[in-house]
Amino acid sequence: MLGSPRYFYTFSSSVLPWLTPIALVTLLAGLVWGLGFAPSDYQQGNSYRIIFIHVPASSGALMGYMALGVAGLVAVVWRMKMAEVMLKAIAPFGAALAAISLVTGALWGKPTWGTYWQWDARMTSMLILLFMYVGVIALQNVIRDPRQAARAAGLLAMVGVINVIIVKYSVEWVQTLHQGSTLKLFGESTINPAMKYPLLISMLGLWLLYAVNVLMRARTEVMWRERRSKWVAKLVTRPEKGEQ
Amino acid sequence: MSAFGAALKRELLVLWRSPAEMINPLFFFVMVISLFPLAISPKPEVLAVIAPGVLWVAALLAVMLSLDGLFRRDQESGVLELLLTAPVMAVVPVTAKLLAHWLLTGLPLVLVSPVLAHMLQLPNAVLGTVMLSLLLGTPALTIIGAIGAALTVGLNRGGILLAVLVLPLYIPVLIFGAGVIRAAAEGGAVNGILAILGALLALTASLGPLAVSAGLKISSGN
Repeated sequence: MLGSPRYFYTFSSSVLPWLTPIALVTLLAGLVWGLGFAPSDYQQGNSYRIIFIHVPASSGALMGYMALGVAGLVAVVWRMKMAEVMLKAIAPFGAALAAISLVTGALWGKPTWGTYWQWDARMTSMLILLFMYVGVIALQNVIRDPRQAARAAGLLAMVGVINVIIVKYSVEWVQTLHQGSTLKLFGESTINPAMKYPLLISMLGLWLLYAVNVLMRARTEVMWRERRSKWVAKLVTRPEKGEQ
Repeated sequence: MSAFGAALKRELLVLWRSPAEMINPLFFFVMVISLFPLAISPKPEVLAVIAPGVLWVAALLAVMLSLDGLFRRDQESGVLELLLTAPVMAVVPVTAKLLAHWLLTGLPLVLVSPVLAHMLQLPNAVLGTVMLSLLLGTPALTIIGAIGAALTVGLNRGGILLAVLVLPLYIPVLIFGAGVIRAAAEGGAVNGILAILGALLALTASLGPLAVSAGLKISSGN
């Protein structure tokens, strides 16, 4: 059902009006709590607070690329139209998040490590992830036929997902300075709960905002692709006065 | 003759008859490497430090640039369409093409590398590792780059776009390829890192040709 562009359009019309405010409120709540009310760190003082932006952005960028890979698989193997649309909709926000993650990481690095940039494993991986987002977007932009562009980008994203995993381990091999992950899904987290909950909430808020952005981009793309169909024509032309 | 043998023979013959395509990457490799002592410093102790990275980055760029036209001539002459619609699976001629291309452009880089490594003041004991790392690494670079070449075959602006697509994918091979030379120069163990390079080659050689033929099918619109 979701594979039909028209169904997707009506479905997203009913989802967006409540998903958008939920996403914004969640993100705002997490950020206000984290930046304003969470206790300051005994070592890093207030500078650690950038974690409430840095970690959600990094996780969003990583998940976005994984989603690109899945959409790529569906688009290349089953040639589903909506997967092609998704490929185009997912990439820009993910690339922006990767950039945000790099910038906030650099700003956080200055007070804690004493330098804006270090070629440590995670920063390097994120930089390469940004490069791979750029590749997917560039390829989509140069191929004129939208379906062909999406499938080509999809194949690249699939190869890219394998690459992300290998890059992660190979740059770790080159030595690391970055602190280990403090948030663990299973087992004990090494982060104070008073910092953990605002972090989790701002992560959830950002992911929801990502979903909203993808839906909105996908709607625009669906409209453009289906611009010659009747249902789009009906949607965009306002009935004249006196008609109806 | 098997389909693979016939395809390999054809590709080798075509490449052999246009020697510029074999010679240019080789000269590019040599020229780029000779820029570094002039640009950075001809001091032996400086050169020995940068040599592993310089050798590998130059080899990587030479392989990548040689791939720009990998499928273009076949596409212009219509051979590509025939390959994709032939009764054998597209993977067979694609693999033959990649092998032929590596034999005539990648392998020469491997063969000339000890001379260049020596010019970059690497100790003689390391030259074997230099050759081995490139022997395992350059075929992987050829295959990965061919995926990008396949996806951009119909586009006229190859060059830079190919680099943007392919360079991030080259990073793991670069890290371990240059890393193994560095480890050897410092007198460390190299077998484990060479094994990782071999594993990367096995991964790309088994899945890469499938991705290349899928890419060619996408680019030719079927």
